[in-house]
Amino acid sequence: MKKLLSLAMAGVLAFSVAACGSNDTPAASDSNAAPEAAEAEDAEAAAPAEGGVLKIGGIGPTTGGAAVYGLAVMNAANLAVDEINAAGGINGMKVEFQFEDDEHDAEKSVNAYNTLKDWGMQMLMGTVTSTPCTAVVAKSAGDNVFQLTPSGSAVESIAQPNAFRVCFSDPNQGAASAQYIGENKIATKVAVIYDSSDVYSTGIYETFAAEAANQGIEIVAAEAFTADSKTDFSVQLQKANEAGAELVFLPIYYTEASIILTQASTMNFDPKFFGCDGLDGLLAVENFDTALAEGVMLLTPFAADADDAATKSFVSAYQEKFGDIPNQFAADAYDAIYIIKAAAEKAGITADMSASDICEAMKTAMTEITVDGLTGAGITWSADGEPSKDPKAVVINNGAYTAM
Amino acid sequence: MSFVSYLLNGISLGSVYAIIALGYTMVYGIAKMLNFAHGDVIMIGSYVAFVAINSMGLPIPVAILLSVAACTLLGVTIERVAYKPLRHASKLAVLITAIGASYFLQNVALLIFGANTKSFSSVVKMQPIQLAGGQLNITGETIVTVAACIVIMICLMAFMKYSKAGHAMLAVSEDGGAAQLMGINVNGTIALTFAIGSALAAIAGVLLCSAYPSLTPYTGAMPGIKAFVAAVFGGIGSIPGAFIGGILLGVIEILGKAYISSQLADAIVFAVLIIVLVVKPTGLLGKQIQEKV
Repeated sequence: MKKLLSLAMAGVLAFSVAACGSNDTPAASDSNAAPEAAEAEDAEAAAPAEGGVLKIGGIGPTTGGAAVYGLAVMNAANLAVDEINAAGGINGMKVEFQFEDDEHDAEKSVNAYNTLKDWGMQMLMGTVTSTPCTAVVAKSAGDNVFQLTPSGSAVESIAQPNAFRVCFSDPNQGAASAQYIGENKIATKVAVIYDSSDVYSTGIYETFAAEAANQGIEIVAAEAFTADSKTDFSVQLQKANEAGAELVFLPIYYTEASIILTQASTMNFDPKFFGCDGLDGLLAVENFDTALAEGVMLLTPFAADADDAATKSFVSAYQEKFGDIPNQFAADAYDAIYIIKAAAEKAGITADMSASDICEAMKTAMTEITVDGLTGAGITWSADGEPSKDPKAVVINNGAYTAM
Repeated sequence: MSFVSYLLNGISLGSVYAIIALGYTMVYGIAKMLNFAHGDVIMIGSYVAFVAINSMGLPIPVAILLSVAACTLLGVTIERVAYKPLRHASKLAVLITAIGASYFLQNVALLIFGANTKSFSSVVKMQPIQLAGGQLNITGETIVTVAACIVIMICLMAFMKYSKAGHAMLAVSEDGGAAQLMGINVNGTIALTFAIGSALAAIAGVLLCSAYPSLTPYTGAMPGIKAFVAAVFGGIGSIPGAFIGGILLGVIEILGKAYISSQLADAIVFAVLIIVLVVKPTGLLGKQIQEKV
């Protein structure tokens, strides 16, 4: 009996460790690698006449719990690459894009990076999520490969000089949220529910808390949850309610937020809710009662129903090709490819340059370009890789994002 | 009053754990194996109910029955395909097969339903009960979950005690070889156990997703592990043990979150488990079986 039990406990340990990593077979990456290999042959055959091929790698989770983000990035990047190739490529070079799955796991992400290196990657668009990105940046800095992450928002994700990003950093979002709430006098008593096992969520929470003090915001309750207990928020909500919170700040992803909104409504707790870009996708949760999300405010650089021509054409092209409405991650990735194009043209990258030479040229060019993208107008970069653009806040009104 | 409210939340969460743990404990008690795919059967059951209600527009009772039927079939199929050929293989081989079955189900769900979260609308249409002038709010889900859990436990105990099939299960559990010699169909009995366990998984899935309305291919994984812990906590193989283990686990988790630290809730749960197993290695209600040489 004891033996069986110890076996059982060993099993549960092994299983829980495996579950944390959300491991799956990387079927998706295999399936999309095949047509690209075929494409590669075509491109190589045609290459000499067109000034060569620029090989851009991409890494992100296309399976596992964060697959929504990785798939969005992969699809949007492919869309942008196809558009660029149809319009004549970058500096006459045809762009080849290969995307590898990392299952939102740091170790697998490094493996994916090595796979792409073997493939002959000249620059990297990725990774999609913060924790793997931090691991890959350490590798790419050692190899001196230019890296642009569409959505890795943790500070450490671009700690190296070769790395830049499209999205806001976590501290930036936390501080901007606190300023927004303070300046617009939305609330003074705020409760925070954050994921203490996630670097994105914790990062935003910490800078929010620091900035809140300057804005006259009192944090009456700061409640955490972890990746292993993210289905029941009744306790956190009840504590927020008892502390008299007027607003609940949710620096988390939309999956948990949809449960929080539902549970708050069943327990008759009706504060204002305010979140960051992780809440984007809330309205796309299938069968979610969007009435519960009425009045939820979020800082996000992209709203799929915005009226400008660029967003409209991107959304319709994406929808036609992949059947979904693109989220903010898709917009970040689409911008990332065009940012690479702008910087590569500025730097005069040619296909025969080594990855390291490209990296040096791109590092300089990135600080000199100004890009009008889907996620912001007139975006510029500093040498440390941070973008400079205005945060936008939207509020959910009648089941759609409306600018505030 | 907030203490009572936390306690009720804990009992509600614990009841879900208990229903899942009943499935674990029955299979372990009779087949002496850990069915790690149990948590994922829950997830499949929830998806079946989700599709039946939202895409096919079936009434809720029909959807639940359909989900129960689908899970029963799935459970028996998994047993037949993945576990039965390994009946005489080492325990470790079966354990690994079970983990394999679990990942297989997750990935099949990922393939069919996609990674996007689906919001499960509650199957409980009962209005919440307000007590103590609105300070205490008991949701319909809580009442139905707790009631379902108690009814299921009583039915299972009665089934084991009074029915012929229940006696056969007890016999197989005690000594499979001897049971076979007495003319009991061991394979049939084990298949029946999987059928009952998986049917319970469907009910647990529907209740779990009603109370915590998000459905992804990984929905079953963590509750499955917690319920397994609950089953070990209560004494694996024991039906009342699974019930008590589940409820206690839920209550400890919620009270730990409320009064100690919302970050440490899981650490507290597992610390309690370790203490219980150190003091009483067979769990709270587990039987000490002497192995004869």
